[in-house]
Amino acid sequence: MWKNTFFLFFILSACAEELCKPDASNGYKVRLSLKTALGDDAYTWNKNEMFLFQSTLAFAMRTSHTGQSYEISNIVVCNETDRVSFWFVVTSPGNPTELVENYIVEEAIRKSRHRINSAFLLTDKTLEFVGILPTLATPVSYDTPPWLIVFGVLMGIIVAGIIVLLASSIVKRKRKTRRTDEEEADEETRVKTMDNGVYNMSFSVEDKLTQM
Amino acid sequence: MRLVLPNPGLDLRIPNHEDLDRIEKEEAGGRQKWDNKAQYILTCVGFCIGLGNVWRFPYLCQSHGGGAFLIPYLILLVLEGMPLLLLEFAIGQRLRKGSVGVWRSINPYLTGIGIASMLVSFLVALYYNTLIAWILWYLFNSFQSPLPWAQCPLNDNGTGFIPECEQSSTVDYFFYRVTLNATASIEDSGGIHWPIVVCLLAAWTVVAICCIRGISTAGKAVYVTAILPYIVLGIFLVRGLTLKGAWSGIKFLFTPDVEELINPTTWLDAGAQVFYAFSLAWGGLISFSSYNPVHNNCVQDAVILSVVNGLTSIYAASVTYTIIGFRATENYDNCVAGNVMTLLNAFDLPEDNITSSNYEEALNRLNSSYPDVVSGLDIKTCNLQKLLSEGVEGTGLAFIVFTEAITNMPGSPIWSVLFFLMLFCLGLSTLFGNIEGVVIPLKDLNIFPKKWPHEALTGITCVVAFIICLLFAQRSGLYWVTVFDSFAGSVPLLTVGLFEMVAIVYIYGVDRLNEDIKFMVGYKPSIFWQVMWRVVSPLIILVILVFYLVKQAQEELSYLTWDPSSEKFPSLVSTPYPSWINAVIFLLAGGPSLALPVYALCRLVYVSYRKLRMFSSY
Repeated sequence: MWKNTFFLFFILSACAEELCKPDASNGYKVRLSLKTALGDDAYTWNKNEMFLFQSTLAFAMRTSHTGQSYEISNIVVCNETDRVSFWFVVTSPGNPTELVENYIVEEAIRKSRHRINSAFLLTDKTLEFVGILPTLATPVSYDTPPWLIVFGVLMGIIVAGIIVLLASSIVKRKRKTRRTDEEEADEETRVKTMDNGVYNMSFSVEDKLTQM
Repeated sequence: MRLVLPNPGLDLRIPNHEDLDRIEKEEAGGRQKWDNKAQYILTCVGFCIGLGNVWRFPYLCQSHGGGAFLIPYLILLVLEGMPLLLLEFAIGQRLRKGSVGVWRSINPYLTGIGIASMLVSFLVALYYNTLIAWILWYLFNSFQSPLPWAQCPLNDNGTGFIPECEQSSTVDYFFYRVTLNATASIEDSGGIHWPIVVCLLAAWTVVAICCIRGISTAGKAVYVTAILPYIVLGIFLVRGLTLKGAWSGIKFLFTPDVEELINPTTWLDAGAQVFYAFSLAWGGLISFSSYNPVHNNCVQDAVILSVVNGLTSIYAASVTYTIIGFRATENYDNCVAGNVMTLLNAFDLPEDNITSSNYEEALNRLNSSYPDVVSGLDIKTCNLQKLLSEGVEGTGLAFIVFTEAITNMPGSPIWSVLFFLMLFCLGLSTLFGNIEGVVIPLKDLNIFPKKWPHEALTGITCVVAFIICLLFAQRSGLYWVTVFDSFAGSVPLLTVGLFEMVAIVYIYGVDRLNEDIKFMVGYKPSIFWQVMWRVVSPLIILVILVFYLVKQAQEELSYLTWDPSSEKFPSLVSTPYPSWINAVIFLLAGGPSLALPVYALCRLVYVSYRKLRMFSSY
């Protein structure tokens, strides 16, 4: 009996390995760049980390493909390299020999991408699922563009400045014309009452008109 | 050396020395004057130091043999720039009028020189203020984090970036598409792009308020606009030197290549750069020095200004190249890192196996063992020297290279605000001189009624200029700016400069000028100035002018366009100009240059006609 169980187990694992191979139709290649992301704080990749990966992916499948209870054994991994890259396929919980379609796997990964990244302290660029493009972050956008606000402030200051300058020059000019008018009036009376440098009070304005 | 053309009636048209002293004492001129000497020097420094010192000189320096370029530049600064500068200062201070007034006093037939200066100043002010409008746009957009040119917008279904942005770069896209919305050729007008109109409005109102009362407002504004650029350059120098790759930039700039000195183009470019850097022949300097007290030491001023100009060019070039070195190194490192990653991914090697230091040998090793695999990969060639010499002149420097470098610095918005504020101040202080060179001749020519105050003249000039500038607010505006830059500000200035020298030296008379300077300053200018004025400087300008005309006549007129549909995209495509551009070029370059002969001819005809009528009526 033990021989039979052993034989069955052997067949199953062989099948599993058959299912997972590079360029598998429903499989994906994963690539991790630990040193690029974490530098000196990078952890070493070992079996425990692989276990975490399998469990995170099982979690992602459970969340996305509701109703199915995926186990860690459903995430089959193969072809590990020193780069830290490997292939994986997902087998169906009901039938371990059947692979889950890649679009279901893709959707699961897309939905929980952030959770998967955080589990490994990595980002979209350093934890790559080859073939699954990360959804791009939308660029920051504002309701009122900031540049209009700055422009408004600047124009407000300048228009206020122009009005102040124009008003002050108009006031200055009015004051100058008033002063020159007064000075002209003084000058006239002074000229009229002077004769050879001597003031003569009997001079009157009409004398000016009798010039020949 | 009494080579002076006969000029009857000169003494009747200009005040003599005793009159000058009397006018000064009684302040009977009613003319504005400087509050203090510092204002005058700062205004002149601001006028001379402009955008060209930041984005033209460093490029010339680097492309003409680095440190070796300083030799022709400094030599021509002394032989060509300083004498012309002293000439303009002395004549303005002596005759106490703006450019049209000065030439009319020397000889009424020469008024055309003043008109030419005015036209050139106006045309240059138009496109210069458009550059300032673009700088203002970037300045307004710097008050956000992340900077808008650091990210590409997404395409319609959100799966990728817009292809135009993807193929070129975020900074290219922001400049050519978001800022300018450039069409593919100058013939395709494309309509008005309203953000530029808004920025043009801002630019012209700033200029209007600063120049509204002439030098009494402009003189106060220069305390900020002339000093701030030096402070910001200092900040950038400190920041730049602490960045990685700064020294490779500085080395690239100053590494001398002595063989370039034999090349005549080097000397010609140095001469042209000195001429434009000193803002000569625009009429603004004559105007500014006419507000000086009569006994101001203009010889000292000319020397000081020349030295300041030369030193500032070198200072700005150093700062520029620290930033360029940083950007080039950053791009080079990214290029190598990208290649390393490609190799690691293709051969599934552990990450430590290939680093930037052993990248070369690793590549060779892999290439020799697996040549087919390696050739199939997308390995880019990373060349630091090529990156250092990339598009680093003109608008490309400020809006593409520098903006990209700034996005990679920590705290980008602050650096962006500082940088564009500096460019804004540099451009604005040059515009003060420009507007002075337009408004004062308009006043002297009595185009407006005498009763109208200076404010009204400045206001009208700015409004008219703004309306004409809407030409540059079109989507093809970039190409129009290039046309104006190449043709309105080059040949006419050289022609006017040459006429100026000839007029003062041979019609006003160098001996008379020597006496004037002796009266104003206390000593006659030395033999150095005599030789320069009579022979050397006019000769240099004539040579530059002739070579420039010959070069222009030989080349096919073409310009660079931003054309997303071409195969060479994202490189700019060199397109020939349409044929009607020749008429535009003739107007821009020929109009001011021919103003002197045309005016002299018209006046001759008018005077002869009047004489004939007078004789026939007897």
